[in-house]
Order: sequence, then C-alpha cells, then structure tokens
Amino acid sequence: MTKVKSLADLRKMKEELANKVQLREKSDSPEKLVQVKVSMATCGIASGAKEIMNHMIDEMDRQAIEALVTQTGCMGFCHAEPTIEVTLPNNEPVVFGHVDSKKADEIITKYIIRGELVDGIIPVNYETVKENKND
Amino acid sequence: MAKFKNHVLVCGGTGCRASQGEEIVQNLNQVIEENGIEQDVQVVRTGCFGFCEKGPVVKMVPDNTFYVQVTPDDATEIVKEHLVKGRKVERLLYTDPETKERVSESKDMGFYKKQIRIALRNCGFINPENIDEYIARDGYAALGKALTEMKPEEVIKEILDSGLRGRGGGGFPTGLKWELTRKVDADQKYVVCNADEGDPGAFMDRSILEGDPHAVLEAMAINGFCTGASIGLIYIRAEYPLAISRLKIAIEQAREYGLLGKDILGTGFDFDVEMRYGAGAFVCGEETSLIHSMEGLRGEPTVKPPFPSESGYKGKPTNVNNVETYANIPVILLEGAKWFSSIGTDKSKGTKVFALAGKVNNVGLIEVPMGTTLREVIFDIGGGIKDGKGFKAVQTGGPSGGCLTEKHLDIPIDYDNLLACGSMMGSGGMIVMDEDDCMVSMAKFYLDFTVEESCGKCAPCRIGNKRLYEMLDKITEGKGTDEDLGHLRNLSNVIKDTSLCGLGQTSPNPVLSTMENFWDEYVAHVKDDKCPAGQCKSLMQYVIVEDKCVGCTLCSRVCPVDCIVGDKKAPHVITQDICIKCGACYDKCKFGAISIQ
Amino acid sequence: MEIVQLTIDNKKVVVEKGTTILEAAKSIGVDIPTLCYMKLHDTNFENKPGGCRVCVVEVEGRRNLAPSCKSTCEEGMKINTHSVRVVNARRTVMELILSDHPFECLVCAKSGDCELQSLAQNLGIREVKYQGEKNKYKSDESPAIIREMEKCIMCRRCETACNDVQTVGVLSAINRGFESVVAPAFEMDLDHSTCTFCGQCVAVCPTGALTERDSSSKVMDAIVDPNKTVIVNTAPAVRAALGEEFGMDAGTLVTGKMVSALRKLGFDHVFDTDFAADLTIMEEGTELLGRLGKHLAGDKDVKLPILTSCCPGWVNFFEHQFPDMLDIPSTAKSPQQMFGAIAKTYFADQLEKKREDVVVVSVMPCLAKKYECSRDEFKVDGDPDVNLSISTRELAQMIRNANLNFEALEDDDFDQPMGESTGAAVIFGTTGGVIEAAVRTAYEVHTKKTLERLDFEELRGMEGIRSATIDFDGLPINIGIAHGLGNARKLLEDIKAGKSEFHAIEIMACPGGCIGGGGQPYHHGDVEILKKRQRAIYEEDKGKILRKSHENPFIQKLYKEFLGEPCGEKSHELLHTHYYDKKKKIEI
Ligand SMILES: Cc1cc2nc3c(=O)[nH]c(=O)nc-3n(C[C@H](O)[C@H](O)[C@H](O)COP(=O)(O)O)c2cc1C
Ligand code: SF4
Ligand code: SF4
Ligand code: SF4
Ligand code: SF4
Ligand code: SF4
Ligand code: SF4
Ligand code: FES
Ligand code: FES
Repeated sequence: MTKVKSLADLRKMKEELANKVQLREKSDSPEKLVQVKVSMATCGIASGAKEIMNHMIDEMDRQAIEALVTQTGCMGFCHAEPTIEVTLPNNEPVVFGHVDSKKADEIITKYIIRGELVDGIIPVNYETVKENKND
Repeated sequence: MAKFKNHVLVCGGTGCRASQGEEIVQNLNQVIEENGIEQDVQVVRTGCFGFCEKGPVVKMVPDNTFYVQVTPDDATEIVKEHLVKGRKVERLLYTDPETKERVSESKDMGFYKKQIRIALRNCGFINPENIDEYIARDGYAALGKALTEMKPEEVIKEILDSGLRGRGGGGFPTGLKWELTRKVDADQKYVVCNADEGDPGAFMDRSILEGDPHAVLEAMAINGFCTGASIGLIYIRAEYPLAISRLKIAIEQAREYGLLGKDILGTGFDFDVEMRYGAGAFVCGEETSLIHSMEGLRGEPTVKPPFPSESGYKGKPTNVNNVETYANIPVILLEGAKWFSSIGTDKSKGTKVFALAGKVNNVGLIEVPMGTTLREVIFDIGGGIKDGKGFKAVQTGGPSGGCLTEKHLDIPIDYDNLLACGSMMGSGGMIVMDEDDCMVSMAKFYLDFTVEESCGKCAPCRIGNKRLYEMLDKITEGKGTDEDLGHLRNLSNVIKDTSLCGLGQTSPNPVLSTMENFWDEYVAHVKDDKCPAGQCKSLMQYVIVEDKCVGCTLCSRVCPVDCIVGDKKAPHVITQDICIKCGACYDKCKFGAISIQ
Repeated sequence: MEIVQLTIDNKKVVVEKGTTILEAAKSIGVDIPTLCYMKLHDTNFENKPGGCRVCVVEVEGRRNLAPSCKSTCEEGMKINTHSVRVVNARRTVMELILSDHPFECLVCAKSGDCELQSLAQNLGIREVKYQGEKNKYKSDESPAIIREMEKCIMCRRCETACNDVQTVGVLSAINRGFESVVAPAFEMDLDHSTCTFCGQCVAVCPTGALTERDSSSKVMDAIVDPNKTVIVNTAPAVRAALGEEFGMDAGTLVTGKMVSALRKLGFDHVFDTDFAADLTIMEEGTELLGRLGKHLAGDKDVKLPILTSCCPGWVNFFEHQFPDMLDIPSTAKSPQQMFGAIAKTYFADQLEKKREDVVVVSVMPCLAKKYECSRDEFKVDGDPDVNLSISTRELAQMIRNANLNFEALEDDDFDQPMGESTGAAVIFGTTGGVIEAAVRTAYEVHTKKTLERLDFEELRGMEGIRSATIDFDGLPINIGIAHGLGNARKLLEDIKAGKSEFHAIEIMACPGGCIGGGGQPYHHGDVEILKKRQRAIYEEDKGKILRKSHENPFIQKLYKEFLGEPCGEKSHELLHTHYYDKKKKIEI
C-alpha cells in the first residue's frame, strides 16, 4: 500500500475515494440532489428497468451530475414500464414512462440539465409514489 | 470499478453483534450472490446506530429504510423484496410506540429527530475497518490541515474558541488543557486517550471506537502536534474486545498510509499510537489513576496538583482526553470553531452523547445539542415512560451523579446547569425512573457500586461510603432511625468535602439529591415503616383486597410457600408471616385483587 | 528563593514557594493533626499519600477541603485550620477510621505509643457515631514480625518504607475499597516473601498493625528456670535509645542503668554485644586485608569490594535479591551470632555447663536478629547459639514489668570477660561505624604503625550513600557506605556492572544504621531522635580508653586461649558462615 505523502496527496485520495460513501452521503440529504427513482418491480425488471437504472447512473456520473438514483417498487403504471420518477431540487416529482436508453439520455440532457420538459410525462399527482401501495 | 447502487449498512456494534449481526451479514451476502446482484449491492459492516435495544439494525441506502430487530433469516426477504423488487419489508420497520405506525426512515423516528451527530457522525455510516471510507469522509483532512497549514498555537486557539469541554466528566476546556501541556518543557510528552469508560451504563466511548476509530487516532495526532507529544497511548478496558480489534486494525491501516508514524504527510511530524489495557476498575478512569495503571502500579489516584499536564505518565507531561472529546476535534478543525460554538449553550458548546436507559420506551445512544432539555430527551427521543407509567426521576452523570425530578425537566442540559441542580454531566449516563422506583433503594443501589469501586486509598471514601451504604440498607430494611437521617446527611457532606479523588467527591450525590428531592420517602421509610414505591421488600406487603377477589384460587396455586388460604369463590387471604414476597400472586391475579401496601 | 504570602488562621505567613500548608502552619505554631503523613528529614523516607484526610483545612474559594500535607501554599491563600466545617470533617473522618478498628487498646502492643490512639484523644473523640461491619484479615506471624491488619489504617507508611526506602517491595496495597489492606502479594505470609525482617515497616507504622514478635515472656521463663544459666548481651544501639522508653531525652546514654536493670531482672551474666563486635572487626578486618593482599599481588579472581555482613537484614536482602553475588560479602557472622557461638563454647566450658543449659538472650535494636538466631546454620544439634533475641522495646517492657524505676537505677558495669569492649565496637550502632572500626584495626595491622587520628569524620553522617578514601600509609583504600537497602542496592548494581571502585563497603539495612533499627523506641518521624542517638554513640566511643578492637584485652586473650588467629581454623568453624540463594525458596 502506498503512503500518503502530503496533504495534497490526501485530498486527491479523498476525491478518488469519495464514491465509496457518496451514495450514503447523498441519501442523507437527498433534497439537494436530483433524485431518480426507477421502478423495479417485477414488471419493471422484465421491461429492462435494471438496464435503464445502470445507464442513468453511469451517464449522470459521466456528466458529473449530483444525483441519487434509487429503485422503487411498482409505481402503478405497469402499462408504461419502465417508468422513472425524477425530482429536481425544489421541484415536484415528474414521472416518465416507456423509458429506454435514448429516452433516458433525453431526460438527462433536457429535463435534468436544462429543466425542459420531455415527451412521455405521465400526469399524476405525487400520491401514487407511496410505497405502501405495494401491500 | 463497479459502482454499487445499493449499500446495505449492517450494524457491527457490540450490541447488534451480540444478537447475530455477523450471521446477518453472511446471509445477506449469500442471498445477494444467489440473486446475482453482487455487482450492484455492497453490504457494509458499520458501527453502532445507537438504537441497540432494537438491534440488529440494518439500514438500506440510498432509500434510507431502517430495519430493526433483524434476524439472519430475514436476509432472504430483504434481498429479494427490497433489493430486487424495491419493496420494503414492512414487518421489519420500526413501530412508533405512541402512534403504533410503522416508520420507514430513521429521520422520521422520534428517537433520531432531535439528534445532531457530530461525535457519532461516522458511527453507523462507514465501515470502521476500512480507512478508505474514513478518508472519503474527509478523514485525516483535519490532521493534514493542522500539520500543513496551521501552527500548533492556531490549532489550540481554534479548539479554545470552539468552546469544547472535556466529555469525560470534568468538563475542563479542552483547548486550555492542550495549552497547559504545550507550555511545559520536556524531552518527552504523551497524549493519552481515556477509553476506560467505567460508568456501567455508558457506552458512547465504546461505540465511537467501534464505529469510528480513525477519528480518535486523528484527533490524538492533532493533539500530539499541538502539545509536542510524539507518542499516544490509548487506555482501554480489556472487556471491549471489538473496540480493541477495530482500533488495532485502524492503527495498522493508518501506519500503512503513513498517517501515523514518522514524517506524517511529509511534514516532519512523528506520531504513533500504542494500546494499554485496563482491568476495568471504575476509578482507573480517573486520569492519575489511569496513568498509574499504565505504569504498572496500583490503579489509585494521587492528589492533584501536580496535574498530568505537568507530570503524568512516567513523570512526563501528559495530556489526557476522553474518547468523545477526541471525536469532536477533527470536525471542529474542518468546520471551524464558529460553527461548533453556534451549537449548544452559553458555556457548553456542541453536542453531548448520552446513554439513555431505564424506564423509557426508546433506550439507546443519542447525541443531542447541549441545551436540549431533559424533557425533550426523555419524552421526545426516549418516547416517554414505558408502559404508560408516570415519570419520577432521572439519574444523570452515572453512579455518582444526582437524581433529578419533574421540576428539572425543562432545564437545558449543560455542565453548569446539571451541577447547579446537584447532579453532573459525568460521562453521559442517563437513567430514567418511574413511579415504581424507590428513591432510597436507588441511592443504595448506586452506593453499592461506589463501595465496590472505591480504590480504598482515602479513609472517607473507603470507609464512609461503606457506612452510607449500611445506613441506607438499614433504612430500606425498615430499621432506620431519625438519627440515621442526620448522620446520612453529615456523612455524605463530609465524604464529598474530604475525599481524595472525584469518585469520593461525588459518590454521595445520589444520597444527597434524593434526600433533597424525595425527603418524604426517607421519612416514610424511617417513621412510618413504609416504602411509598412499594419496592422495599421489608416494608411492603402483598394484600388481597376483599372486594376485588373473586376466589378464583389462581394465587394460592402459584404461591411457592402455600401461604394463601381461602375457599373457592370466596375472598382469599395471605398469611403475612409466611409470605416471602416473591410477587408471584401479584403477577398472576387477573382481577387486580392483590395490592402492594 | 521565591516566597509566597498567605494567612493561616488569620495570621500572616511568609514561606518559600513549594512549602506545604502543613509546614507553613507549623512555622507559626499551628499543629495540624496528621496521620498518614510522615517525613524523615535528611533520609529518603517520605510518605504522603494524602490518604487519611485528617489534615484537611479550609481554603477560601476552594470547593472542597484541602489536605494540608499535600497542598502547597499559594500567594494570597486564606486558610482556616479549625473552622466548624474543618473540625466536623476531621472528627467525622476520624470516627470513620475508628469505626473499622478493633477497640483493643487495653491489650494492644502499641498502646501508649500509638498515633491513632493519641489522635483520637487529641480530637476528643468520645463516641463513634458511624458503626458497621469491620474488616477481618488473616493474621500473619513470622519469626520477627506480627501483622494484625485489623489495626491497619492504610496510611501506607510501611509500603513506602519497604518499597521506596528499602526497595524490597514486599508490601503493597491489595484488594479494593473497604477491603483494601497492605500485604505481601497474594496475601502470603511475610515468612514466605522476600522480606528481610529489617523492621522498617514496623518502625513507621502508626498503629499496632505491625509489631515485633514478643519473646520477653520466654526470656522470663528461662530466667526463672533453675536449670538454666541465662546470659544476656546488649547491642551498642540499645543503650543510646532505651532511655527514651522511660521519658528521657533522645540520645541519653543509659549503659550503666541498663546493666543494672538487666541484673535486677535476674540474668546470670550481663555481657555486651560490643565484645563480639570487636571480635567481628578482628575477623572482618583480617578478611579484608587478606583479599586486599591477594588483589595487590595480582590475583584476578579475588572478590573486591568486600561487603560487611554484620547486619542480618542486609544479609537477607542480598540472599534474596543478589543470589549471584553471595561470594562478595564477608563471611564473618554478625556480632550477635559471634557472641552466641563463643558463649555456648568457650564461656559454657568455663562455666562447665552443657550448651543446652545455657540460654543466650540478646537485646537488639533489630527485628532481623530474631529471624537470624532462628536460622538453622546457627544451631548445633538443634540448639541455637542465641536462644532469644528481644528488641529495645521488649526490654523496656520487661523493666516496667519488674516495677523498676529506671531513671533512679544506679549505674553498673558489664560482667567479664564478655562485657569488655572498645570504642570501635560501640560505633557499630550507627551507619559508618563498622567500617570506621575496621579501618582503625586494619590500618594498624596492615601498616604496623599506630593510627594517630581515630575519628574519621569523613565516614560519618546521615547521607544515604557516602564514600571516602583512606590513606593506608601510601595505599589508598576506597571505602563506601550505604544505609537503607535502597542505597545498598545502588552500590550493588554498580558492583554488578563492574563500575565499583571501592575496596570495602559497609552496609546497614536501617536508615541511620542500628540506631534506627526496627526494634528501637518509635521515632514517630522525628529524624532528630536518630541524630541524637548517633551523637550519643560517638560520645561513648570518645569516652573509652580503648578505641581499637584489637586492643581489647579479652579479645586478645580469647585468641590466645581458644581461637588461635583471626580467620584461622577455629574462627572459621565458629565465627564464619555461608549464604544461601533464597530466590529459589520463594513460594508463591
Ligand atoms: C472516578 C472517576 C472516573 C472517571 N472515569 C472516566 C472514564 O471512564 N473516562 C473518561 O474519559 N474520564 C473519566 N474520568 C475523568 C478523567 O479523570 C479525566 O478528567 C478525563 O479523562 C479528561 O478528559 P476530558 O477532559 O477529555 O474529559 C473519571 C474521573 C473520575 C474521578
Ligand atoms: S475518593 Fe475513593 S476512589 Fe478516590 S482516592 Fe479516595 S478511596 Fe480512592
Ligand atoms: S408474594 Fe409470593 S409468597 Fe407471598 S403470597 Fe404472593 S405468591 Fe405467596
Ligand atoms: S492500634 Fe492503637 S488504637 Fe488500635 S488498639 Fe492498638 S493502641 Fe488502640
Ligand atoms: S521488615 Fe523490611 S523488608 Fe520486611 S516488609 Fe518490613 S520493610 Fe519490608
Ligand atoms: S500496616 Fe501500619 S504502616 Fe502499614 S498501612 Fe497499615 S497502619 Fe500504615
Ligand atoms: S541495621 Fe541494625 S537494626 Fe537494622 S537490620 Fe541491620 S542490624 Fe538490625
Ligand atoms: S450496536 Fe447496533 S445499534 Fe448500537
Ligand atoms: S496526613 Fe494529610 S492526608 Fe493523611
């Protein structure tokens, strides 16, 4: 193992290691971040939600977007799976349906970065997202 | 590098490990693998979350679901439902004792709501056995900053300005102590971490060492830099095997990274840490006693002055600080004195960790800002008194603290306020008592502890506490006299006034504070031969209330000494001189016909 | 010198910085009571654990009371030594101590000389309000010392004596809290420990917890036994201290009265251990010159320095602690054992008595001698050379029992032949004396010249370790002196490390030598008493006509008639001994 030789070294190291706990730190203060919830119930997984989730994580990471991607149960929009819910800081959540990787990129560049709306928004009120519906 | 999308934080603290925390980790990992999601999910063994009573605790990240009382068998469901399907395992969520609702995230739990975590910031957050996670959380950045960008005087000033006071009980300003040690000229100085944690109810130091050992190492190094010490010694009780092993791992890792050892961060500063083990005597937590114990001498205190900062370990200037005190240091340097001193009261800054125990709904380790009231701690965080009983008193400051009552509930907790009302901060033990607790017995219980733990060096503590105990025992047996009450008070005052060390100087506090706040109870024991709480066996009787007894005979069947007589369907009677007061009938009677008098 | 000003009981006091409140008060005539504290000035004995809390005083502005023995004066302090608060606290603490103490004053060996008892009187304690359980410990009776720990008040003086001063380290506090007590490790008996029986713990114990094993009734039994001839001999240091037991000033020489008392007690022959001390010098001096001669002749194997061996406490010490150096000390027996050996051979023959019918009693300042006379190598067919060894204090008790008005006794003289001695023998009683006596004889034997100057001031004093070089007519002899076993240890470590330049070293186990022995009247921490005894001893030496051991006519006669020559065959048989490795013997 290498020695940490200076404060600069240490700081660099911290940057590199940050991702180890980033997820936990983010989850402690999600309201400051872009929150993405990917519906991962059976229907979602079958329709490729897992790939979308990975794609979103990698892509936002590449673009250095401070985001928190979590999975969630069925949102109740099985007809439109895979669905994702995006919450920008200080904004109401917005749900998108039929997301594929192209759509995901569009959501990132348009909605997440610029705040513009994208096709495929499912008009719902927030209530539906409550997990206890699953029972 | 694989990027985990979920972290499963499994408490690896002593409390949770005792209840199968290890198996939970194993099972989780196994099921995760079986489900092929090991690329996405990382299981992390963390330190204590503070909610040990409801342990083992498992926290799901990023959605922050907080599972309590998890068993190894629950692993499958957690993985298959929560991780694979994103569905919470409802039955493992915490149930609010008041509303009976299930709460999913810790931040919505009463227990955590009023807490601010500074000393415990990494406990239950990082893997304490992985230095990388500590560094990722700005670990060793404070040390780096101090060594590279600050002078020792500046660091000390920052600590002084922060208003941090010793968390080991005395509340001595930490910056001032460093300054004093710094000022003494010597070829060798030592920095000591006091991890003796002798208060039987407290476990914050253990939790910090188990959950965030690097924070203590880092702070000790900063202390060494400020005071001019190159050797740090951690005095830890041998009954803390997990903390010891985590510390050892941490020291090893820090050495490998060059964060302990020679020429730290290329600044020319040398500092290393060694461990010393204590046999667990309470008085060995007293700093001079601790130093003697480290020197291989009998663990007993010596009169101060000289203070350890002048003449300590091996006669050299030695700076002794408590674990929790240390845990605050790195944050203060990174966030600044101003930030720290904005938390707390006028003379007590920052937070304090308390071990909340006794008759409250939520017991555990909590960290609250100084100035939080006892009411907030007991009723908001603690969730109120168990079983809907009435609050009677709270003992703060450990076995030699004082007993506070209803009238103290709204006093903001800090060093000075607690002292002013006849108690003390101590190491942060907090034991809540309800209406069923007898205050004389309570005082006796604590005296029993101090009698056991007195080192025997000075006469007032060695003999005086024994006599106090004997008198209290006499009173709870119903044999106390008026004279005893006077003697009790005088002796308590003299022991406080003449004892050599903090143990004897405080050990009569439970007696004095209960006499002050519950005088009537003492009088009742002595004059009326009654224990109002019905706890003193010699002073109580189980009596069957005629009106309520339906003659079901249940009581007479459970009585081990067959002293309950009565015909079927007719009221029963207890023969008092045979009754051994075991309480079996009282517990069994369905009609509440048996009363305590 | 930095000074501080303060007020004690409304009186202004100016003292040197670092002075304790206790000392400052004393300087203005305020005697704050103490119990655990003890300091023997000019020696390395200082005990201040701050444990008894009897000495507490009120310091204005301080939260609790301050132990005056441990608290130093600070500028501007306002101290009250007898406020209501202080007096109540002091008395309460005293009552607590008494509440865990057996009320056995009437039958206690320490009664009348007990610091606890007199403090209780001074404080006027008339009732003990706090009563409860009392500690019970197993009692421990070694050949020399009896430990009755129920009477221990945990002052820790014995620990300081044994550990800090003597570096023997037998005694330490064990157990915790109410059960704490000072004891050898694992509460084993002293007899099984590395105890040297120097008795320094006994000398400082304020109570009756540590006392000597009393043999005085056995002595009386022997005296009244018509079949026994009872011979007594008294060590040099006894006569310089015995008077204190009868209220006389320390340093009053009571040789004549003592002899008179012994005779009245019914001893058949009253002899002087000093006679044997002269004999010791003959043997030890010859041994020294022998080794020196060999050394000067180039013999590389010869052991130098030679160490004196007349102190049994010291012998026990090196047998336990330096078993690999058993060949360095002189093989000469102590005066007590030389006396016994001659008394039970030469003198018994003169009396035409069987040795079994002769009882040799020695009066010693020493407790180690009680042990010494019980050693197997000092017995012939089970009959000890010295039957009983009693302390100065036990003798005083016998004198009181015999209703003798000691002060009024006429002076009397020792019997002959074993009552004759020189000044050289008298100074055996103090540190430096043995080696000075040896120098007086060795010089003349070696140089064949008469010694002009007999007082070797350079060898005298109270310094723990002293050294001087004496010119033996062109041959410089380097002499070392240590008293107190801790000091002895230092010199021994030097020898072990090959750093010692000395040719001869005198070692005495007790601080001050035998004048400060464990069997002497209690000094209660007053070092002046030891110094006065020391002066008395040198005074007695000065007053003697004969001041060199080899000039003792009866010694000369003894060699001529019986022993032959010093270190000769007969001497070796009767006057020399060998040492044992006691490290092996310790059982834990
Ligand atoms: C009887 C007694 C027991 C003590 N036990 C502890 C302890 O277990 N842990 C601790 O840190 N300090 C303990 N202390 C306080 C220490 O003496 C010392 O003040 C403290 O370690 C200093 O650190 P701090 O300034 O950081 O609080 C105890 C004091 C007394 C009188
Ligand atoms: S107060 Fe108690 S613990 Fe402290 S020194 Fe005295 S006897 Fe020992
Ligand atoms: S308290 Fe126990 S012993 Fe007494 S009557 Fe009830 S069951 Fe019997
Ligand atoms: S030790 Fe002192 S107080 Fe105790 S019984 Fe003996 S004489 Fe009395
Ligand atoms: S007699 Fe000497 S060696 Fe023995 S315990 Fe006492 S002081 Fe120690
Ligand atoms: S035995 Fe005597 S000297 Fe030793 S601690 Fe007890 S009272 Fe003090
Ligand atoms: S110095 Fe004297 S009194 Fe002390 S042990 Fe030696 S011979 Fe005995
Ligand atoms: S040990 Fe797990 S929460 Fe405390
Ligand atoms: S004499 Fe001062 S504490 Fe004992």
